[in-house]
Amino acid sequence: MNLTTALARLLIFPGLLFAVPAAWFFLWVERKSVALMQGRIGPPFMQPFYDFIKLLGKSTPPRSGVGGLLMMMWPLLAVSAAAGAVGMLPVLPSSGGFEGDLILLLALLELPSMCVIAAGFSSRSIFGEIGSAREAALSVSYNVVFLLAIVSIAASQHTFRLEALAHLPASPLHWLGVLAILVCLPAKLHINPFSLPNAEQEIYSGPMVEYAGPELAMWELSHGLEWVAATGLVATLAAPHFAAWWLAAMVFVALSFVVVLLLSATAAATARLQIDTTVRFYWQCTLIFAVLAISSALFMRFKS
Amino acid sequence: MNLWNRLMCYCRRRSPWLFHMNSGSCNGCDIELVASLTPRYDAEQLGVRLEGSPRHADILCITGPVTHNSVEAIKTVYGQVCGPKAVVAIGSCPATTNVFIDSRTLDGPLNRHIPVDVFVPGCPPRPDAIIQGVAKAAAILAERGNKLPVESVMVPIGESTCACADATQPAAGEVQP
Repeated sequence: MNLTTALARLLIFPGLLFAVPAAWFFLWVERKSVALMQGRIGPPFMQPFYDFIKLLGKSTPPRSGVGGLLMMMWPLLAVSAAAGAVGMLPVLPSSGGFEGDLILLLALLELPSMCVIAAGFSSRSIFGEIGSAREAALSVSYNVVFLLAIVSIAASQHTFRLEALAHLPASPLHWLGVLAILVCLPAKLHINPFSLPNAEQEIYSGPMVEYAGPELAMWELSHGLEWVAATGLVATLAAPHFAAWWLAAMVFVALSFVVVLLLSATAAATARLQIDTTVRFYWQCTLIFAVLAISSALFMRFKS
Repeated sequence: MNLWNRLMCYCRRRSPWLFHMNSGSCNGCDIELVASLTPRYDAEQLGVRLEGSPRHADILCITGPVTHNSVEAIKTVYGQVCGPKAVVAIGSCPATTNVFIDSRTLDGPLNRHIPVDVFVPGCPPRPDAIIQGVAKAAAILAERGNKLPVESVMVPIGESTCACADATQPAAGEVQP
């Protein structure tokens, strides 16, 4: 991979130029599909774009010192991490050089959630702190399943390289891992039934309570980019391998779209769970499948 | 007006985020505000979102006749909404204190304490009147930007079913303090 193609991947597809409109599009698809399922018409197509521009034009409350600086930094860090995660997805076939691996992608996917926790605590609002505590508890619960699922996929395919993972023929274990990742996505994206950290009426949007204007716009954008990255991860793991780059790109977009619709349907059909129910769900119901997946992956590894 | 300002004006009109505040209301108007977001009226078509935090909101929707206890809270929340912002007074109570007029527990009407942009009279107003009021406030917001409000607008009552209040509510300037 030479410099031009690397830059093109980071900045054009699947990087920023694709990711930002895709983030707005997925946010719109989520709101619109929930509206349609509830028998409403829903927001116009450009709504997330209008919201973003409007938020850029609003003022922010004056903050001083290190606290203010930190509060400004968290959303920027979240946006750059989420954008980097999208840029690393192995959608197009590459030609050697740095491709990144699964561990880096997982770290980048995890960073926005860490930023949300830190943002809630640095806002020094009681509601922000409750939201951050919830997010931390939620993160500890779903990440065990999420990481075990990904490690089991990697162990069954004998590699941590994204490119190889996306292109190797899928085994039954691979599909079990993809299913476990899908179960974790609603918690990762903070949508119903796991929208505990940003509950609007209950704890006044949680960690976001003190954010306004351009900083809130950055949070919205990072949320959209997380949608693209998380659904894109499932799409790359589930997509069959194509030689033609345009076909690979189209299948990637179509599969991401299907995952977004699936998650929106789940969000529309469920109500918010309590934190203890959520933690119990992940530790009691789904952990056993993740443990099964990883143990059978390791078993097969030693047998072969 | 340059291109960026025109785009900003366009987006502000299409993305009003609301914060709802009750200043001692009987809950009638609060139910109607929530009803305007339900499938029958679906205010989200105009980009309306009911936000949890006043920091996120553009338009402050206040119901109720403003009790003594709520005055400080109203001023605090009005200060917490980041500019540019607008205020919509929903129902007859914040406009005139309605049937509670001369009560010693009240410190209304609302425009004695904060500048109000749009009054939506009715007891309670219909959801479509509330949506019209919010749309007017969003248009005012888009034109005004960060400047301070000049005068209030009143949404005509139209077909709103007015059970107890007089149909001809006084405009903001005529209200006796």
